[in-house]
Amino acid sequence: MSAATDDSNRKFKQIGSRPIRHDGLDKVTGRARFGADFTLPGALQGVFVRSPYAHAKILKIDTSKAEKVPGVKAVITAEDLPELPMSWVSQGPAGVDSGANQRVILAREKALYHGHAFAAVAAATREIAVEAGRLIEVEWEVLPPVLSVDQALAEDAPILHEGQKTEGAGPPVEGDTNITNQIVFEGGDLDAGFADADLVVEGEFETPMVHQGYIEPHACLVNAREDGTSEIWCATQGPFGVKTETATLTGTDPQTIKVTPSEIGGGFGGKIPVYLEPAALALSRKAGRPVKMTMTREEVFRGTGPTSGSKMKLKLGAKSDGTLVAADLRLDFEAGCFRGSPVGAACMTTLSPYVIPNFRILGRDIVVNKPRVAAYRAPGAPIGSFAAESLLDELARKLGRDPIDLRLQNAIEEGGRAKYGPKFGPIGFKETLEAAKAHPQYKTALEGNQGRGVAAGFWFNAGMQSSATVSVNPDGSAVVRTGNPDIGGSRASMALMCAEELGIDVARVRPMVGDTDSVGHCDPTGGSRVTYATGMAVIDATRQVIDHLRARAATMLDVELDSIEWQDGNAVAVNGASDKGSIPIEDIARKMGATGGPIVASASVSPPAAGPGFGVHVCDLEVDPETGVSRVLRYLVVQDAGKAIHPTFVEGQYQGGAAQGIGWALNEEYLWDEEGKVENAGFLDYRVPVASDLPMIDTVIVEVPNPLHPYGVRGVGETPIVPPLGAVANAMRDATGVRFHRLPMSPPRVLDALEGAE
Amino acid sequence: MAKIRVETTINGEETEFLCNGQESLLEVLRDGLGMTGTKEGCTTGDCGACSVVVDGRLVPSCLVLAAETGGRTVDTIEGVADGQTLTPVQQQFLEHGALQCGICTPGFIVAAEKLLEKNPNPTEAEARYFLAGNLCRCTGYDKIIKAVLDAAAVMREGRA
Repeated sequence: MSAATDDSNRKFKQIGSRPIRHDGLDKVTGRARFGADFTLPGALQGVFVRSPYAHAKILKIDTSKAEKVPGVKAVITAEDLPELPMSWVSQGPAGVDSGANQRVILAREKALYHGHAFAAVAAATREIAVEAGRLIEVEWEVLPPVLSVDQALAEDAPILHEGQKTEGAGPPVEGDTNITNQIVFEGGDLDAGFADADLVVEGEFETPMVHQGYIEPHACLVNAREDGTSEIWCATQGPFGVKTETATLTGTDPQTIKVTPSEIGGGFGGKIPVYLEPAALALSRKAGRPVKMTMTREEVFRGTGPTSGSKMKLKLGAKSDGTLVAADLRLDFEAGCFRGSPVGAACMTTLSPYVIPNFRILGRDIVVNKPRVAAYRAPGAPIGSFAAESLLDELARKLGRDPIDLRLQNAIEEGGRAKYGPKFGPIGFKETLEAAKAHPQYKTALEGNQGRGVAAGFWFNAGMQSSATVSVNPDGSAVVRTGNPDIGGSRASMALMCAEELGIDVARVRPMVGDTDSVGHCDPTGGSRVTYATGMAVIDATRQVIDHLRARAATMLDVELDSIEWQDGNAVAVNGASDKGSIPIEDIARKMGATGGPIVASASVSPPAAGPGFGVHVCDLEVDPETGVSRVLRYLVVQDAGKAIHPTFVEGQYQGGAAQGIGWALNEEYLWDEEGKVENAGFLDYRVPVASDLPMIDTVIVEVPNPLHPYGVRGVGETPIVPPLGAVANAMRDATGVRFHRLPMSPPRVLDALEGAE
Repeated sequence: MAKIRVETTINGEETEFLCNGQESLLEVLRDGLGMTGTKEGCTTGDCGACSVVVDGRLVPSCLVLAAETGGRTVDTIEGVADGQTLTPVQQQFLEHGALQCGICTPGFIVAAEKLLEKNPNPTEAEARYFLAGNLCRCTGYDKIIKAVLDAAAVMREGRA
């Protein structure tokens, strides 16, 4: 049986229930082991040494004094890694540059941001390593830093990468530049579209660089062994990526590296790239000892990838009845110090929820002297959505229309074309808008200084490669093994899908996350793909196991295989053999040894697509005009999950994404001084939402099945962070009468805006 | 530098350890004593992942010098459950799915136990403000607050 079987009318027994997650006990008792919880006898402590300049040529590094410090066992610089050339290889809307990846880990020609690592030290203690790092002497040629899109595009801007030309489409750029790439999507006739419009709204928008803010700093333990093999224990979203990337960047044969993922303390995309592991491996090799590296919180802020700051310009044209007819969008995204901002995804997502016949989208990837960005939950989409949903709100106001009705009128439907080309399959956008409109919060009366904002958004969701192995134990229980670290309850979802197929209680299925030697390849836990893609592999493997169980039962009952059906954990004889009765899984399992041996099956998938997820958020907010402090009073997330496997964790994704988006809208931002140093590299000054900042976050799970998954699952993890920026900004507009074009809408900014409005 | 010898009581057991004068309680718990249930998120007292109770007071163990704990009692996440029995707070965290990645969970549970010891019937606002020193980036706090309020109700029924 293939996993593509149509189960659309299936009555589920366990899917949609809310069992306690299998790994929960270890997490409420402190037993669960995260990245920094591993050690080995004789392990050294490794630390990075980081640049005091945001932009400086490295003329010479002298590590000799550091090496002589008692207790220091190894010092490395970029010279200890085989030099990889800078070379961009496109992969869909994104791409990879191993030379850049290597230079993020250890700067080679230049330090490109304040805090850019240029050396690493392994010593008996962290204190010794830090002290030795201070003795490394560097000859710098300090250069002026480029700290914003405007600075990067200025006529006389310092160029980060000599010889950098602009790739891609769009208007030609002469000479060396900080624009690494341009992306263009066009449709219809833009001039005719605007000429046809009765009403035009436009605006320029700005968002700051923000960090994923996972609570667990990056950590790893690496043991390079005498025979050239090595073991890595680390907190990562993608253990297979750690393996191949560490191999590539250190010039190592990947098959010699085994990666065991620990429990992971949050990632949101930021723990897909590697930072520590290649350096730790090089240190471990040089020292002949295991090396543990853990980042401080300050290092996480200064030295790991946040998401892009942006400048955007959008113009929307509509007929007086509200029909959108034209859109002109420009997105300028800070990539950090190397190409790779999520501007491509933003170009694809920003306008695609709506039917707009005439449009032009230009996205530019711009390098600046800040940390190279990494994925952050629906990368790029929240940024573009902030601009689009803000202007849709303006349009609704000018037309005197309900904001949900205006979106319903223009909402994309099945068969509608996304701005980047393909047609949408079955999607639940209209259902989601209607559910938001029907929710009681939408009718709750507002008082003075209060406002309500609506915004919508979507994310593609990813497919990619996954594999799973299911085995039956002699007592009829089962084990399901995958290679995807469980970042938000996915073990429970894998177990539920296996249990549903087998017809045994989910508590009798033990889900586990294997290391890179014990499971087939799995792409990272990211892209909202695990319950969808890895789940498909689990279902397929379980169905193969059921075929084995049926075959064993056929032997045991002495009937043809075709006469055995699998029903609720029993092999049942049918088709004229029903007098032979049935055998429960426990009895088949107990006799496995006599009927052919242990039962185990593996399956793999590589779906090229996934079902997109649409969401609609409603934010009710109150502003104190005396202080500029705003408070979210009520918040609603409505989203199409396709099919919720474990609704508790689906709701959790909705709530968590909303909270991150609210933080982005109201408080979060990197603050830079004139020399490019981050001024707020800690949780005291980089203010993520705390419990007292937020209300309960209400959720509605809409289920429009995704035909690409046997149960209809859509990824749910990323979409929830797309609408909040717009929803909060629109609520702020409603409460204050002021349209905010720049995030965050922190109290001083709100106060300034209110005073300006008077 | 000579190490300092410290005698303390951790989770009810008399414990002895050596540390230097700069080491935090968090470092000694995790690296010295192998009690890794207490988590490090920031070392600046901003995230609450390392919450422990010293002499009955909720503190971030990253801001307590290990040497200061001599003659005191220290309670950590490892000592919260009563043998094989979870507390209502731990149980409600599981029932509500009040954790996603789980890194903040030990700190939240230690803090929530303290809240309910001081205030057996907190309002939602009281729970939110008491727990405002514990950061969670995954859940948006909704299920955490519900778990804590339900645990309070379970504990009140148990006492009644």
